Amino acid sequence: MSTSMEASTPAAHQGFADATMIDHESDLLQISLGPHHPSTHGVFRMDVVLDGERVVKLKPVFGYLHRNHEKIAESTTYLASIPYTDRLDYMCSLSNNWAYALSVEKLAGLQVPERAEYIRVIAAELTRLQNHASTIGFLMQEMGASGTPLMYAFREREKILDLFEALTGSRMMCNYMRFGGCRVDLPAGWLDQARKTVDEYPRFLDEFESLLASNEILLARTQGVGVLPPKLAIQGGVTGPILRASGVNYDIRKVDRYGIYERFDFKVPLGEHGDVYDRYMIRMLEMRESLKILDQALHQITPGPIIDPKAKIRGFRPKPGEAYGRIESPKGELGFYLISDGTPNPYRYRVRPPSLINLTVLEDMCLGSSLADTVVIFGTIDIVLGEVDR
Amino acid sequence: MNLEEIKSTLEAAIPGCSPQIVTNGSPSGQHSLLLDREHAFVAAMFLRDDPTLCLDYCSNVTGLDWLDTETSEKVKVTQLVDGVEKEVDEVRKTRTPGYLEAVYHLYSMQKKHGPLVVRLRTENRTDSVHLPSFTPIWRSAEFQEREVFDLFGIIFDGHPDLRRILMWDEFEDHPMRKDYVEPDDYEYEPTPHDAVLKKALEHRNRISTPDGQGA
Amino acid sequence: MLGEGIAKGLIETARNFLGSYVNKDRLTTVQYPEQRLPQAEATRDFPFLVYDGEDWQAGLRCVGCQICEKECPPKCIFIEKSTDKKPDAVGKPQFYPAVFNIDISVCMSCQICVEVCPFDAIKMDTAFELSTVDRFGGLLWDKARLAKPNQHYHHVHPTEAAEVDGRLAEERAKADAKAKAAAEAKTSAPPPAAPPAAPPANSGVSSTS
Repeated sequence: MSTSMEASTPAAHQGFADATMIDHESDLLQISLGPHHPSTHGVFRMDVVLDGERVVKLKPVFGYLHRNHEKIAESTTYLASIPYTDRLDYMCSLSNNWAYALSVEKLAGLQVPERAEYIRVIAAELTRLQNHASTIGFLMQEMGASGTPLMYAFREREKILDLFEALTGSRMMCNYMRFGGCRVDLPAGWLDQARKTVDEYPRFLDEFESLLASNEILLARTQGVGVLPPKLAIQGGVTGPILRASGVNYDIRKVDRYGIYERFDFKVPLGEHGDVYDRYMIRMLEMRESLKILDQALHQITPGPIIDPKAKIRGFRPKPGEAYGRIESPKGELGFYLISDGTPNPYRYRVRPPSLINLTVLEDMCLGSSLADTVVIFGTIDIVLGEVDR
Repeated sequence: MNLEEIKSTLEAAIPGCSPQIVTNGSPSGQHSLLLDREHAFVAAMFLRDDPTLCLDYCSNVTGLDWLDTETSEKVKVTQLVDGVEKEVDEVRKTRTPGYLEAVYHLYSMQKKHGPLVVRLRTENRTDSVHLPSFTPIWRSAEFQEREVFDLFGIIFDGHPDLRRILMWDEFEDHPMRKDYVEPDDYEYEPTPHDAVLKKALEHRNRISTPDGQGA
Repeated sequence: MLGEGIAKGLIETARNFLGSYVNKDRLTTVQYPEQRLPQAEATRDFPFLVYDGEDWQAGLRCVGCQICEKECPPKCIFIEKSTDKKPDAVGKPQFYPAVFNIDISVCMSCQICVEVCPFDAIKMDTAFELSTVDRFGGLLWDKARLAKPNQHYHHVHPTEAAEVDGRLAEERAKADAKAKAAAEAKTSAPPPAAPPAAPPANSGVSSTS
């Protein structure tokens, strides 16, 4: 049995070829977890080698949902890629829209009006709320609490999706942001409805905490499980709540100050141990911080234009050049790298998928733990296969 | 530290290293640093370990495909025409071989600065497509370099586990290359037009069934 | 005490279960086919073609310019432009789509076609119970199935439709005034007045009227 620290050097990673040539006299057992397994969040497979109940080798296998999103985007116009970005991380389509719009704005030098910036912040933070709530729900599901916590989370998520539907016309595939602003203005009464939802949300968090926080089974299953040391987290390019649960203070909202995030007063919660419990707790705390941002944004927002007048719907051709834009999506750093050659289609369109890159350290976190814990550790990474495979 | 300073620091620290600055025309102003293949690994190690730069976080790794380009220019040459020396226009075609490129976006989590865009170029697009792998320096490049290998066909020397990641192992081509030809696997679509229609017609001619669908 | 946390969680569940008998807020679901939740006004799913007047074939706003076909991300629209012109709702001769098909099994409800349309001819519907037993033919909608009156647009998206109608009326009035001025100029100085050239296809709604 090896520990996660030893495996932090890439030299410890050998190809899977040797794992398939296991000496069958030994106690090692190779199993294939997935691709259609309820715990794999979609079509994802892990080739796991077990020594008894302990994991000695784990190789993730991707590509079941691969559709070459990047190639599709390179053969259509800039505008036509926005609906496809919805389908990357389909839980957080508004964050994806924002990341893409931000990159194109960098590429073409567009200015976003203030009201549009506020709408973007509100949309992104609501997305974070519903993503974190359902992630925790799924995590509990994987520990065996089938249904109850997930339904509580989905009840709240529904309220936020209702807001999205009233604003964008769709609950999940929002296709809302445009280069230099947003597509439509807020409908009448939307702000009041949003304020009401935001004001009621802490009650849900309290209820959720009393349901779970002191639950002995939860504590036993999460504390000290799947520890990710901060050094390995940085080395592995891990971003988002997982990184901060390991105690690394890196939140792109604070580092890059994109949009208008410097106007809001919020904290970045940090974990201490980097175990499953910290990753669960970080998401609970981040929801409370998101509520703070929402509360400020919903009261500061003022009327005004919602799109840069220079932005064009048809015939959009940025000057040749390249740009990399990134935002703090609920899963981690979501970036878009674009190269324009002056034509209506991007020459290169690249998505930096946080879900895929956060999986780099999955094996290190799982080595030595039991198979049942592997499922839980995998659940805290919070991946969406639409984004992993693209 | 700006790009010029990083360039001169690298030149001073690593003998023989000659990074070039690649300028970027867009308003983003993200210029990049082109490293030569021989010194790239040492230079990347330096970028990570240097206490002022401290680029400990490799955010994004991606590939690029630049096709061969052909430029033609008119030159005046003196030639013997019917025994007399004359100035004749001649069109000279220069073929610039294309190359594959790997682009790395580096940030510092400790110092909270970045991005530093680092580029590496292969010699050509066909037979000499090797680049040093940065996975031993930044683990986050592991899956992303595999992806670049899979979709662009750049071979990263020193990568611990270089296999296809998104396409299946038996797949042969590299789909993100600009000259990639899709296989002939047409499926029924009720409203084919443009490229799909062409493909549908080609497919129908090939299998020559009298089925009227797809026109 | 061991088990305290579990007991606390169970109390929370019981509170919600029993509370659902007295407090309506705790009842979060409806019995779907019988009970329905109201749809938001902005809801969208599949596109339809707007027509003015009574006759759908004469009143289609679409002039077959094929912009939506080109911009559609999954390429689910198929248009064949007519070779002749027919009078539209106000009697001006216009091209019309000879064939206009949308494959709604491919359509991803993104609304890009609505945004790029310069004639306000294509809009999003809200009907969602569209299952059919014919997987291919039943999901390939032609012009006749797609055409819906302007009243339907007002019914599903009242605010947006009122805004569009206002804009169209304004542009029509402007075009009428222009035509009138041109006609007056023609009568006062007969020989040199050339007939007003047709504006380019993407110059906006004014070319429909």
